[in-house]
Amino acid sequence: MPVSLSQNYFEIFGLPQDFHLKTQDLTERYHELQKAVHPDRFATASDRDRRMAVQQAANINEAFAVLKSPLKRARYLLILAGVDFDDEKETTQDPEFLMEQMELRESVAAVRELDDPFTGLADLMQTITQKKDAMLDVITGQIESKCYADAKIEVQKLQFFEKLLLECENLEQDLADAL
Amino acid sequence: MALLQISEPGQSTKPHERRLAVGIDLGTTNSLVATVRSGQADTLADEQGEHLLPSVVRYTDADSAPEVGQKAKQYAASDPLNTISSVKRFMGRAVNEIKHLGTQLPYDFVDAESHVPRIKTAAGEKSPVEISAVILSTLKARAEQSLGDELSGVVITVPAYFDDAQRQATKDAGKLAGLNVLRLLNEPTAAAVAYGLDKNAEGIIAVYDLGGGTFDISILRLNKGVFEVMSTAGDTALGGDDFDQAIATWIMQQAGISNDTQLGHAQIRQLLKIACDAKEALTENEVVELNVTLDESNGWSGSINREQLNTLIDPFIQKTIVTSRRALRDAQVKVDEVQTVVMVGGSTRNLRVREKLGDFFGKPPMVDIDPDRVVAIGAALQADVLVGNKTDDEMLLLDVIPLSLGLETMGNLVEKIIPRNTTIPVSRAQDFTTFKDGQTAMTIHVVQGERELVSDCRSLGRFTLHDIPSMVAAAARIRVLFQVDADGLLSVTATEQTTQAEASIEIKPSYGLTDIEIETMLRDSITHAKGDVEARSLGEQQVEADRVIEALQVALQQDGDLLVDDEVKKIEVALLELNKVREGDDHRVIKRSIETLNTVTTEFAARRMNKSIKQALAGHQVNEFE
Repeated sequence: MPVSLSQNYFEIFGLPQDFHLKTQDLTERYHELQKAVHPDRFATASDRDRRMAVQQAANINEAFAVLKSPLKRARYLLILAGVDFDDEKETTQDPEFLMEQMELRESVAAVRELDDPFTGLADLMQTITQKKDAMLDVITGQIESKCYADAKIEVQKLQFFEKLLLECENLEQDLADAL
Repeated sequence: MALLQISEPGQSTKPHERRLAVGIDLGTTNSLVATVRSGQADTLADEQGEHLLPSVVRYTDADSAPEVGQKAKQYAASDPLNTISSVKRFMGRAVNEIKHLGTQLPYDFVDAESHVPRIKTAAGEKSPVEISAVILSTLKARAEQSLGDELSGVVITVPAYFDDAQRQATKDAGKLAGLNVLRLLNEPTAAAVAYGLDKNAEGIIAVYDLGGGTFDISILRLNKGVFEVMSTAGDTALGGDDFDQAIATWIMQQAGISNDTQLGHAQIRQLLKIACDAKEALTENEVVELNVTLDESNGWSGSINREQLNTLIDPFIQKTIVTSRRALRDAQVKVDEVQTVVMVGGSTRNLRVREKLGDFFGKPPMVDIDPDRVVAIGAALQADVLVGNKTDDEMLLLDVIPLSLGLETMGNLVEKIIPRNTTIPVSRAQDFTTFKDGQTAMTIHVVQGERELVSDCRSLGRFTLHDIPSMVAAAARIRVLFQVDADGLLSVTATEQTTQAEASIEIKPSYGLTDIEIETMLRDSITHAKGDVEARSLGEQQVEADRVIEALQVALQQDGDLLVDDEVKKIEVALLELNKVREGDDHRVIKRSIETLNTVTTEFAARRMNKSIKQALAGHQVNEFE
């Protein structure tokens, strides 16, 4: 197996293992990396080298996707710190949080009945995004202070928000298509 | 550390010669071939000076070669069952999915229930893959004659929205035509390359590609030679042919022909031609005369104007706009953030299409590069780079998978494993376990699409894993790796984690030919042509051997310092062996020797790749100080 597949994503990109990074810097490095390993560079190489290039390029794409998304990056940092995410078994237990989620979901479901569903949905999405960003700030602090257990709980909650936003985007699509 | 002297005495390593590579646009209506010469990309013409090759194939009898292009096209109405047009619409599709005019299927399909349509012609039963291969062969011959030598490789374009079955069928057709397919390239990306390099463009561009049978919209970001597809959407059964069918249906209504009338094949082709000609003529004229002669006694005359045409085609255009909105949303780009809109495909010549798209994007679309030729040109530019003619080139194409890939799970549900618009290559692992004691096989059903139910998605194929080590139920941990390569094609490997045993995989494509069927077709085509199967296999292995040898020699020269003496010796031995057997005539021996050499150089290849990755980043860090 190629040695670099065992490196962690920060190492592959030559970046410090830290939550803070500049997106532009990350993207530039991503382009440089893909220029080196992309299968197009190996179009006339042997079958074996072509297969290796596909693996490497796929790995770099995965690394980029993880490092680019703040939520995925946070989760990854926790995994590197030894935190175990067994998503199927654990979900958040916080009753207040779950209540808030239910209310938000109900609001999303009610969007279709509004006089102006588009604006209503846009407002909702902005609210959710703001909550998400606030939560992300909390997680960043927790990772820096090495409060990994706490950070894990917050990351799991954050996943709820991401799912909800995705549903909002799909709803936005449906509303637009129906026009 | 001494450099290895591998070449035979008297045989010098040739200076890097220019390799011949072409790009082929295998279109629904027309096909083209283009190449880069003296730094310029251009399409190649036939002996009559025509660049476009109509994608029409006509079979006359079993002993004659089929006719292709304009020669075939003129027989569409008189010999409809043997003159095959728009075969691209049948690639990777089942017979019952093909849209058509009238109550009959357009051709004499052998088995209407089959998932691989075969058409009965005067020269026997032909599959869409074989028919496409005929078109590709014609272009191959045209290129080799124009350029005076054999081709090293070809890039063939496909609609971005083509699924795995449609892509595989295209690659198979290339193989049958004797082409070395370097890459399948998405048509909008090819157009972006042609346009981007020509205009030195940067920023966000939307490529709207409406051809004869397919529609694609891709949103790309161009930045310093990097073409990054942000999203792609489309419809592989929407194009100019649908405009023609709508117009033909309208003509039938005007002429008092009821929908139930059993029209003959010839009559249908005639109607479609009249419809197509009228559609094109309305670009230059406000109104067009129509004359339909169905038989000796039945005729009808009338006219159609632009307004009537627009009413007929507006619903199709609207569909493309809805799809374009989705692509923008997936890319998280607003309409006004799109800096350039590029129009591709013959159907974008239509005035209404340009008008509606101009309204939607809020800016006039770019039409200065010939919409018929831009895709082939882009493909030629990429082919030139892939084959190694431009070693200092910084062009990088980052494309995406157009449709989500998922697995069938309990209760007809789809579990998505790779979402649409994920950058490729991509690989995802999924763990499975057995549910009976001693279970040694398992079947995974892979589907493509966005819906939640398997029945609403498109079946890609069934992958049966064999040779799973026999264990107690639920003890096995089988890691299945789904990998999509730069062509957008899926491959599956499976390893049982506790034993590291690799399962063998048998693939049954849902809409395509199996490997065995392709091999059979290849064999059959060879027995008709010169040479035989053994000779072909030998040729293939020798080409691969040469590739491996050349690449290794370069690698040793550049990075020999990554190896210790012991490792070098092992490689030397295997390399000398390969050099020896390559001159022989046993392709199996050559293949084994290649495999041995590969095993011995795997670690070296890994170190080299590691080194180039480090160098890529080192170069970046130096820039930071500038």
